[in-house]
Amino acid sequence: MSVSLQPYLAVLSARFSLMLQYRTAALAGFATQCWWGVIKIMVLSAFYASSGRQPMSLAQTITYVWLGQAFLALLPWQADADLAVAAETGGIGYERLRPVDTHTLWLMRAIAWRAANASLRAVPMFAIAGLLVPLAGLAAWSWRLPSSPTAAALFAISISLTVLLSSAMTVLLDCAVVALKTRRASNIAPLFVNTLSGMIVPLALLPGWAQSFLFWQPFAGLVDIPYRIYFGNLAGAAAWAGIAAQGLWIVILVAAGRLWLSRVMDRIEMQGG
Amino acid sequence: MPQIIVDGLSKRFRVAVRDPGLSGAVRGLFKRRMREVVALDGISFALERGELLGLIGPNGAGKSTTIKILSGILRPSGGRCEIDGLVPWMERVKHVARIGVVFGQRTQLWWDLPVVESFDLLAAIYRVPPERYVRTRDSYVELLRIGSLLDTPLRQLSLGQRMRCEIAAALLHEPSILFLDEPTIGLDAVSKLALRGFISELNRSRGVTVILTTHDMQDIEALARRVIIIGNGKILRDSSFESMREDVLAERRLVVELASEAPNVQIEGATLLHHEGRLLTFSFDPAKLPARQLIERVTSRFEVEDVRIEDVAIEEVIARFYAMHGAIEA
Repeated sequence: MSVSLQPYLAVLSARFSLMLQYRTAALAGFATQCWWGVIKIMVLSAFYASSGRQPMSLAQTITYVWLGQAFLALLPWQADADLAVAAETGGIGYERLRPVDTHTLWLMRAIAWRAANASLRAVPMFAIAGLLVPLAGLAAWSWRLPSSPTAAALFAISISLTVLLSSAMTVLLDCAVVALKTRRASNIAPLFVNTLSGMIVPLALLPGWAQSFLFWQPFAGLVDIPYRIYFGNLAGAAAWAGIAAQGLWIVILVAAGRLWLSRVMDRIEMQGG
Repeated sequence: MPQIIVDGLSKRFRVAVRDPGLSGAVRGLFKRRMREVVALDGISFALERGELLGLIGPNGAGKSTTIKILSGILRPSGGRCEIDGLVPWMERVKHVARIGVVFGQRTQLWWDLPVVESFDLLAAIYRVPPERYVRTRDSYVELLRIGSLLDTPLRQLSLGQRMRCEIAAALLHEPSILFLDEPTIGLDAVSKLALRGFISELNRSRGVTVILTTHDMQDIEALARRVIIIGNGKILRDSSFESMREDVLAERRLVVELASEAPNVQIEGATLLHHEGRLLTFSFDPAKLPARQLIERVTSRFEVEDVRIEDVAIEEVIARFYAMHGAIEA
C-alpha cells in the first residue's frame, strides 16, 4: 500500500509558518528565558563553590543551562492549543472527518509547533549566550560549542529524537484533554517535565543510586541525554545508549498514543441531538 | 441499489450522574453512577443517489447523532449502516474521503489562516490533485461568491460569509454526499436564501446527495422533497414534503377583525381558537364548511371590519406533530 505523506507534510508546513507569525510571544518568552538562565547559573555556581567534585564541570553545567533555556519550547509542557479548544467546544469530531491517520496528523502538528517555537528562540539565545556574553568579559558564563565534531553530530541526532519524543508525549496530552474535555487535563505535564527531564537540576547531579533509573526513564531523553552528549559527558557507547533510550521511548509512547487515541475517539460525544 | 442504507441504528450514551449537594459530590469521587441515555432507538431508512433529505425534529431528537454516525464520527451501539458499500465507522478513512460535512455551529477552517490557505491545506489533506483542486475551488468560489473573502483570515468574516466558505471547504474534494447539520442557523434572510439556492443547485445539477438537518421549516419547504421527522430517537414519519403538506391543507384559519371588543362565541362548523382584543380566530375545514358560508355566519352576527383566511403555518403543524408523539420533553 502506498501511503503518501502529502497531507501530513502540508499540515506540518502550514503550522510551522503559522507559529513563526507569533513573534511577540516568542520575544516575551525569549526575554523570560534569558532571565531564568542567569538565575539558574548563579544558583548552580553557588552550589559548585560549596561542594566537592561533581560528575559535570561548572562550565559544562552552564552550557547545559543555556541549552535548556534555548530549547525550552521543545518540551511537552501542554496539549495542542487548537485541539484543546476543539475538545472543549465539541468540534473535535471534525478531526475524524479527515481521510488520514489521526495520530500521525496530531504528531505532525506537535512536531511543527515544537520545532517552530524552539528554533525561534534557540538562535537568538545562542547569539546572546554564546557570542555576546563572552564579549562582555563573562567567558565563564558563556554557552560553549560542542566538545567535538563527533559530539556535534551525535547531538544533532539526539535533539532530533527529542523533537519526536516530545511530540509523542504531546499527543498523549492531547488524548488526555480530549478524554476529559478540558485543557486542564494536561496541567500534570510540567511536574514530570521539570523534575525528571533534568530541566531544574541536571540529572547527573542527583544522587548516584538513582542514576540508572533516571537515565532510562522517558523524560531524560528530553533534556539530560541530548545536552550531555553535546559537551561529551555522554560519549561513545554511553551516547549511543542515550540515543537508544530515546528511540525506545518514542516507539513505546507512539504505540501507547495510537492505542489511547483510538479508544478516546470511539468514545467522543459531540454535544447536540 | 440505494446509496445509503440505514437499518435499526441505535446509539446509547452513558453519562455520569451526581447526587445533589456536597455529599453527592464526595460520593461521586468514589463511586460514579452512570445513567444511560438513548439518543437513537432503531432508525431505518434508505436513500437513493441524488436525493435531498430533510431531517427535522425537536432539540435532542437524534438528528445530529444520526449525521455523526453516518459521517463516521460516532460508532453506533447497534444496527447496520452502509454508504456506497462502506460501513462508516469501520472503514472511516475511505468513507470520509467521499463525503463532505458541515456543522453549522462549528468551523472546519483554521481561525487564524486566510480562507484560501485553509482550502489549500484541506486539498492536501484530501490528496486532491492540484489541477483538479484549482478547477473545483474556482467553480465554487464563483458560485458562492466568496472570491473577495479568500485572502481574509476566517476570524474577520461575518457568519454568513463564513458559512459560504465552510460549504465550499466541504466540497473541495468533490464528495458525492453532503451532510449539512443546521447550515442556516443564525444566518440573516439574504444569506439563507443564497445558501438554499446553492444547495438546491448542487443537488439538481451536480447530483450530490444531500442530507440536511434544520429547525427552519422554510429550509425544508425550499429544499427537501423528502422529510424524515425524528423524535426521541425514533422516526415518527418518513414521507414526501407534499404529503406532509396535504395532511395540513385540510385545515384553514379565518381571522376576523370586529368593530368592537371580541366576545367568546360559538359558530357552527368552526372552532374558535382564540379571541383577543377585536380579533377572533377560527379553525375550519373548507371541505365541510366553505369559507363563504363561515364568513356569512360571522358577519350576520357581528359588525366586521376585516377578514382574512390563512393556511396553518408549517411550524405549527410540526409542533403539533411533535406534541402528538410526545417528542417534546414536558
